[in-house]
Amino acid sequence: MSDLISSIVDNYNYLIYVTLMMIGLYAMIAKKNLVKKIVGMNIFQTAIILFYVSIGAKKDATIPIIQHGHGEGAHEITSSVIEAVEYINPLPHVLMLTAIVVSVATLGVALALAIKIYNQYETLEEDEILAQIREK
Amino acid sequence: MRILGIIVVILTGALLIYAMGDFPSWANPVSPAHNHVSPRYIEKSMEETSVPNIVTAVLADYRGYDTMFETTVIFGAGVVCFFLLRIPRKDEPTVRRYRHTLTGMTIRVKETRKIPPVLEEFERIDTLWAPHDLIIKTACRILVPFLQLFGLYVIAHGHHSPGGGFQGGVILGASMILLAISHDLRTAIGRMSERVHAILCPVGVFIYAGTGALCLLLGFNFLDYGALAGILHVDPVTARSHGILIVEIGVGLAVMATMIWIYNNISSKGRYDEGL
Amino acid sequence: MSQHYPALLVVIPLLSALLISIVGWLNKRLCFPIAVAALSVSTYSSVGLLLKVLDEKVIHYHLGGWAPPWGIAYRVDHLSALVLVVVSVVALLNLIATQKSVEQEFPEKIGAFYTLYVLFITGLLGIVVTGDAFNLYVLLEITSLTGYGLIAMGEDRAPLSSLNYVYMGTIGACFYLLGIGYLYISTGSLNMADISSILPDLYDSKVVLAAFVICMVGVCLKMAFFPLHGWLPNAYTYAPSAVSSLVAPLMTKVMIYVMIRLMLTVFTPEFIFSKLALSNSVVWLAVIAISMGAVLALGARNMKKMLSYVIIAEVGYMVGGAWLGNRAGMTGAVLHIANDALMTLCVFLAVGNIVYRAKGYAFEDLKGMFRKMPYTMTGLVAGALSIIGVPPTCGFFSKWYLISGGIQAGQYAFVAALVFSSLINAVLFFRIIEIGYYEPFGADHGHGSSPIRMAEAPLTMVVPLLIVAGGLVVMGVYTGDIVTNIIEPIIPLAIGN
Repeated sequence: MSDLISSIVDNYNYLIYVTLMMIGLYAMIAKKNLVKKIVGMNIFQTAIILFYVSIGAKKDATIPIIQHGHGEGAHEITSSVIEAVEYINPLPHVLMLTAIVVSVATLGVALALAIKIYNQYETLEEDEILAQIREK
Repeated sequence: MRILGIIVVILTGALLIYAMGDFPSWANPVSPAHNHVSPRYIEKSMEETSVPNIVTAVLADYRGYDTMFETTVIFGAGVVCFFLLRIPRKDEPTVRRYRHTLTGMTIRVKETRKIPPVLEEFERIDTLWAPHDLIIKTACRILVPFLQLFGLYVIAHGHHSPGGGFQGGVILGASMILLAISHDLRTAIGRMSERVHAILCPVGVFIYAGTGALCLLLGFNFLDYGALAGILHVDPVTARSHGILIVEIGVGLAVMATMIWIYNNISSKGRYDEGL
Repeated sequence: MSQHYPALLVVIPLLSALLISIVGWLNKRLCFPIAVAALSVSTYSSVGLLLKVLDEKVIHYHLGGWAPPWGIAYRVDHLSALVLVVVSVVALLNLIATQKSVEQEFPEKIGAFYTLYVLFITGLLGIVVTGDAFNLYVLLEITSLTGYGLIAMGEDRAPLSSLNYVYMGTIGACFYLLGIGYLYISTGSLNMADISSILPDLYDSKVVLAAFVICMVGVCLKMAFFPLHGWLPNAYTYAPSAVSSLVAPLMTKVMIYVMIRLMLTVFTPEFIFSKLALSNSVVWLAVIAISMGAVLALGARNMKKMLSYVIIAEVGYMVGGAWLGNRAGMTGAVLHIANDALMTLCVFLAVGNIVYRAKGYAFEDLKGMFRKMPYTMTGLVAGALSIIGVPPTCGFFSKWYLISGGIQAGQYAFVAALVFSSLINAVLFFRIIEIGYYEPFGADHGHGSSPIRMAEAPLTMVVPLLIVAGGLVVMGVYTGDIVTNIIEPIIPLAIGN
């Protein structure tokens, strides 16, 4: 039992991301309003971004900008030793910049589609739209 | 649908939690993710690219190809929103409404042969009533130049502090969108017309891809900024730093133009009238 | 310049998409020539790459000058080269063939349409040629977003179908991204070759197993494999005809390429076939996919919906063939990627021509088509024969490999499903050919009615269709050469005989 508790406390960031992702996935499948589904899609993508960023953390490390990198001391930096342990992992941050931009782009396209659907059917509830389609 | 949703969520969640057992514990400095590829980025980026911000160096130089396609993604989203929503200009409404700003009086001008000239005291509205708020308009109008200055700062200082092309581009776009929200969409389009921001967006991506193609034409691999050392007359390491700055400017332009474009299309449903 | 082919292949269409977008605001008539020029350069580069790969086996290209795994690297082998040639040829032929219908449907937004078209092709070409897992995700998103936009401009239910496609496609791409994250957390690298060299020590780890399952689910969502196929019939039916003949042959096939690449290069066949015991279940799912696709195609009430269900069945062929676990099955699956792209292009181009003239694609619009549009119907018949699997068209040969692979692996249900689906396809297409022979019922009872005049589609729409129809036969005749020179080297020896 204490083993389980200690493993949960060690890895609680992963549990959080799984919870968020499942909330987003449930919203996309079970909700009937199109905009609620879009919001669920955004939550889903954000959970994955959270997962990646939490991979990059390191204990007692600072942000990945070389200290004293600009200004007068810039020339001496290249000769002094830069330890990899002092700085957090920059690669997940780079990947997630891309993923955030992609999620914004998808959100824009989804909203444009929702506007087009609203212009056509005058409603955003999926069951009413399907009822209108069946009547035709 | 709810039951299907619950079943899918439980199955997926169970799979993910099952896999959690073998993860390295959080913030452990000794894990495969930290020890394989990243140490070289941290240790060598200063001497190979002379850019202190390691994230910018990795984003625009080591993995610059990904960033180029990411800029293309945001450009593609702008084009898609335009393609889906824009209604061509031929369907102008037959009735125009103008309001006198000082007294709040509204006049209606029917299907006219001549359009009245733009006067300072009259502003054009579309719905029967639109709020007119002097405080918000003046405050936002004062704020916009500072926003733009900050956006330019963020782009230019991406080398030394958190920032870069994407962040600065969004702030620049936000300044124009603030103008569109506080006044109306016609004011913002009057400042930056549709043609300008629709052409600025591909120009931004073109700067990025064009830099890479220039390196290709000079005989190096695509996006190898060392090729720019010959043109700019500096050593290859500084050439990489300058190359990163050039592509960040391209990214900033593209993101700014796309944010404005997407906002214009979505908020006015393609009609480019009053907006929100 | 020839060592830069891998980069030119993707960069030239990207630059020209930007150019088309700018030019579209100034002068609309220049958009089409720029697009044709860009796709011709891509086709030329991909054919050049294929010839180089036949000599050198594998071509590497380091972008930005950084060696992998610190930079992004391209890795072109026989499989990539084959799919590259198929994608660029299909895109170019479709571009030329659909010019008239694009001008008819989107007269004011031609610049935006061709920008999205060329960006779609850029994304597909990049997916095939890249050797970096995260780069594949970004290119996948370019392809997906432009695809959603192109599909949504159809009539009637197109925006709703596209929004459903957005939901399912985004879940698929995000699952793929999550799988790559799991691989990253356990290996620390993003380069495909690098990951596959680190993985063998980690085969027992739960993280790697979960990564494989999640990646596969994501890819299956995007390629419309049963039971995750719900978005495909509506999306392809209601899309504009110029768009359906672009997206239908290419999108699902490139996703199957991604699946095969993950199976062969990243998670090597030892892991998949020896460690995991999933092959049987996947082949059973493929059997259900094939049967269900065939049966639902019988119930479809218009041509495009019927063809969409045929596509679902074809995806079942390829997935089942790849998971059979022997050389013949994998050969059949890879050969079928190329063949199916051509067959689907052929039938969708024919339907596009019919829509251009008859303004509709229900079965009733086909009456008398054999008199009115003989060349188009010839192309349709050629595509139909290939889908059914009649020699010497190429469809017969890939089915032959799949059936012999199924018999070798002992999966008789798969073989039975293949035969059943061929019979159903025969019924479907003979029904169409039969309707095409009837005269339309006019005012009088067919005696002395005015003779049906030929109202064929314009030349630019018919000639590419006939080229593709001829290509089906040529591919069939040269199957032996293709298999020995291009496909055999791809399959690692670990798969067995």
